[in-house]
Amino acid sequence: MFAPADKAQADETAQSLAIEEGKQLYSVGCATCHGTDGQGTTDGPSLVGVGAAAVDFQVATGRMPAQQPGAQVPKKKNIYSQAEIDQLAAYIASLGAGPSIPTEEQYGPEGADIAKGGELFRTNCAQCHNFTGKGGALTHGKFAPNLEGVSAKHIYEAMQTGPQNMPSFPDSTLTEQNKKDIIAYLDAVNGEDTVSRGGLELGGIGPVAEGLFGWIFGLGTLIAVAVWVAARTAKAKKS
Amino acid sequence: MSSQDIPEENLPAAQATAHGELADEKHPFADPGLPPHEHRIQDVDERAAKRSERSVALMFTVSMLATIGFIASYVAIDHDKSVFVFPLGHINALNFALGLTLGVALFCIGAGAVHWARTLMSDVEVADERHPIEASPEVRAKVHADFKQGAKESVIGRRKLIRNTMLGAVALVPLSGVVLLRDLGPLPEDKLRHTLWSKGKLLVNMNTNEPLRPSDVAVGSLTFAKPEGLEEHDHAFQNEIAKAALMIVRIQPDDIKDKRELEWSHEGIVAYSKICTHVGCPISLYEQQTHHVLCPCHQSTFDLSDGARVIFGPAGHALPQLRIGVNDEGYLEALGDFEEPVGPAFWERG
Amino acid sequence: MSTQESTTARSRGKAPAGERVADWADGRLGIYSLAKANMRKIFPDHWSFMLGEVCLYSFLIIILTGVYLTLFFHPSMNEVEYHGSYVPLQGQLMSEAYKSTLDISFDVRGGLLIRQIHHWAAIVFLAGMFVHMMRVFFTGAFRKPREINWLFGFLLFVLGMFTGFTGYSLPDDLLSGTGVRFTQGAILSVPIVGTYISMFLFGGEFPGDDMVARFYSIHILLLPGIMLGLVVAHLILVFYHKHTQFAGPGKTNKNVVGMPLLPVYMAKAGGFFFLVFGVIAILAGIATVNPIWALGPYRPDQVSTGAQPDWYMGFAEGLVRAMPGWEINFWGHTLVLGVFIPLAIFGLFLAAIALYPFIESWVTGDKREHHILDRPRNAPTRTGLGVAWVTAYMIMLIGGGNDIIATHFHLSINAVTWFVRIGFFVGPVVAFVITKRICLGLQRRDKDKVLHGREAGIIKRLPHGEFIEVHEPLSQEQLYTLTAHEQYRPAEIGPAVDDNGVERKAKGSQKLRAKLSKAYYGEGSQIPKPTVEEYKEITSGHGHH
Repeated sequence: MFAPADKAQADETAQSLAIEEGKQLYSVGCATCHGTDGQGTTDGPSLVGVGAAAVDFQVATGRMPAQQPGAQVPKKKNIYSQAEIDQLAAYIASLGAGPSIPTEEQYGPEGADIAKGGELFRTNCAQCHNFTGKGGALTHGKFAPNLEGVSAKHIYEAMQTGPQNMPSFPDSTLTEQNKKDIIAYLDAVNGEDTVSRGGLELGGIGPVAEGLFGWIFGLGTLIAVAVWVAARTAKAKKS
Repeated sequence: MSSQDIPEENLPAAQATAHGELADEKHPFADPGLPPHEHRIQDVDERAAKRSERSVALMFTVSMLATIGFIASYVAIDHDKSVFVFPLGHINALNFALGLTLGVALFCIGAGAVHWARTLMSDVEVADERHPIEASPEVRAKVHADFKQGAKESVIGRRKLIRNTMLGAVALVPLSGVVLLRDLGPLPEDKLRHTLWSKGKLLVNMNTNEPLRPSDVAVGSLTFAKPEGLEEHDHAFQNEIAKAALMIVRIQPDDIKDKRELEWSHEGIVAYSKICTHVGCPISLYEQQTHHVLCPCHQSTFDLSDGARVIFGPAGHALPQLRIGVNDEGYLEALGDFEEPVGPAFWERG
Repeated sequence: MSTQESTTARSRGKAPAGERVADWADGRLGIYSLAKANMRKIFPDHWSFMLGEVCLYSFLIIILTGVYLTLFFHPSMNEVEYHGSYVPLQGQLMSEAYKSTLDISFDVRGGLLIRQIHHWAAIVFLAGMFVHMMRVFFTGAFRKPREINWLFGFLLFVLGMFTGFTGYSLPDDLLSGTGVRFTQGAILSVPIVGTYISMFLFGGEFPGDDMVARFYSIHILLLPGIMLGLVVAHLILVFYHKHTQFAGPGKTNKNVVGMPLLPVYMAKAGGFFFLVFGVIAILAGIATVNPIWALGPYRPDQVSTGAQPDWYMGFAEGLVRAMPGWEINFWGHTLVLGVFIPLAIFGLFLAAIALYPFIESWVTGDKREHHILDRPRNAPTRTGLGVAWVTAYMIMLIGGGNDIIATHFHLSINAVTWFVRIGFFVGPVVAFVITKRICLGLQRRDKDKVLHGREAGIIKRLPHGEFIEVHEPLSQEQLYTLTAHEQYRPAEIGPAVDDNGVERKAKGSQKLRAKLSKAYYGEGSQIPKPTVEEYKEITSGHGHH
């Protein structure tokens, strides 16, 4: 009879332990920019209320801790273990309520409507990330990154939390099902097994790449052929 | 070769003299004439010629085999089958097979023909004479005279009445064709000035098809909306959404610099036309920290925290804002249509 | 008489079938007179003379594949729900045009290949026309008597651009739809009549229901019909004028040296058709072009980043992207300069190259026929102007892809745009100056070669210890080739007073002409050719090597 309560008790202890661990990690890696209590400084925004999802996204994709200031903090190699990230997330979540880390059930492929996801992607995402998520330019050196190889969880978290200059798409305007659909669509058109039917994909960035390819390999080859057609045939050596 | 009308200095002067030597002490740069023909290997060596013949035949044979391969691929390969080919990646097997076989079949015909021409057909260079394009003075005079005679016989110069009425008739008759184009489309009237928005129309979330409440729209989020009652299946959907599409963001009221923008917002929720004022692309590359929105087509940049004024790029005026409020049931609603035409500017816009 | 007739009759009876058919046709069409002039027509050999063939053949390939595509394409904007074999679009609403293009790509076997050949061939066709046009420009092949053929070719290039544009707009996908939207916005910017043209073109408001059907008839009938006529006229003129040739021994303005049409050029040109077709087919087999399924159906409220037209419209796109947003409002009207000026520059920029032959012939006042090509170095001002034009074109191409450049080279899109804005004005000037200098340098080198011979690469030590490089004298062929070009002298306005001592007023146009002529051919714009005297002095003199 007491077991559940015990378990809850134990969970709580584990949780507070995680928060404690997280706080230590935080003060080493994050506090310089985000302030000792996550209140933010001129170098980094307040983390109160950003939620565990934001921490998981930022740290697990290597964006945080940021290396150097610039137009945008890019993705890089992550230096924390998942356990450490969870501890950090627990600490930040304890500062104020925010979106929690999504579960496999939320971002997994079951029950997703790929076509609907495509429509949603073209309405909400393609304007920055391109038709199939190859990325694109924003103002003054900022950019929307390529979504190839980004895990479903991180895509979900990005939509939920709106990292850096990306706007957020909270559940109230883009439902959990919508997000699931979008992730399934991305996996279908920009996943590892996506078939580029016509052959070489040329980066999937449209006519600029096609034009370049057509000039170099189309016209280029034809000019090489023309040189052969018009060239003089080897003469017999003069005796 | 008639050489009467060719000036002396332009003739291949040295054809008769020895090649490669000064043709004339007075003209060190004189044209030595066509160099003598040199034989190719194939011209002197029958074995080389035979090799060339075999190469040409081989290419034509490869072409035949490739065509057979094309037909076999068409029949044998399932049109949905994909295959991994390095470095192309996962591609459609049928398209790849058909393209390659057709390409080889065609290329080898061409390569065979060209190799044949280059190695076995005579390669003696020949000179063809050119003649001036313009006619000789006699021909010119004759044509002019003929024309004058014809014109005279037609009496067109004397019978002015005929000439003038004929010109009039011929000038007018194309007008019928121009008039016929009238029904290509309706007149513009004020069609570009109005959208589906009107007072009391709810803002419906594009993703969920549900009306939006203020609490749905978080600071830093981006939402797209359409007017209540417009469904994707409607016949007029494309035309209407092209003008009515809405972009909704929420900005801390303190951050809103433009007074009218704040007035027309609801607690910092602002609704702007999604259609760029440059040439009409759906603009929506929203940077939530800077509140800048960028157009993906021509990079016009608007500041949504300052009345959506243009801060970069080719757009000429700010994005129109839709005045919004909340109705009795707590849903976001429009308080009227846009006050100015949405989308690209035009002559009558004013 | 009678015996002669009977022998003719007998030999006819024995003649091979082909000959009899030809005789039959000659009796009705007069083909022998045509063949007499053309069957052994001479064509000079040079790879750059085959660029036009690349265009001709890709045009034929486009027509062939285009006819096939019309068998499956439905030019209709009726809305349908998709239930074909491409999963990521299942159940989506789309126009019939888009659906039928999906079906061509997924359910018609080989349909995708033909679509891709069609599109790649279009890209190559336009690229080929551009390069061909540049070849003609830089070698001066546009001079009399070929000015009209230059215009035909120019029209083909422009019509090709618009045929391409209407063609890639037909599938009604999200990318091309965005391009059409841009076009509609640009039309709206035209003063006074803009809104009317837009309403008439689209049958009402954008996008309406008529766009695809109307673009279809423009794309498959109107424009290609005109183009076919122009291509035929272009080729007839090429035959009629006979091909130009580069200067060389035995090659004069009065002849054309090369190989006969039958058999060599029949095989080479005919073979080249198959080579072009083969290369483009392989291209279509290995590389995707315009994967419309990945783009989604057009909706006016959706968009993707990287919204570019095909390359040949990229230059216009660049002009539009680089333009600042000027807009003037007055008396209840709006002058949309931000869109209209790029539109106008687009037209003027193209017109400049179209009219160039007439401008140059006015400057030179040369009324003679020219069949010997210029080497670009020997016409430094023309070459400089051409390179300046190409530079401006290329800078605008960069402008048209500024977002792709920004992401791939990690630059700020704003910086790229500013580079293009400044580069459009500065680039051509710099290019002109540099090109002209390079041309003059090359002319000087040619002159040195003629006068002092070719550097043999052999170093010789003279008895008194000096090292010299041995110069080999040029052959007669080379001497002729390097001195064959003509050099104009700058035109003079003429004396300020006429024969009777009355002051003569030079017209403004004459003054302008004299000025331009001086800029073209004055001092510093060309290196005088070596003269016979110079040559003799040097070759006869002692102490020269």
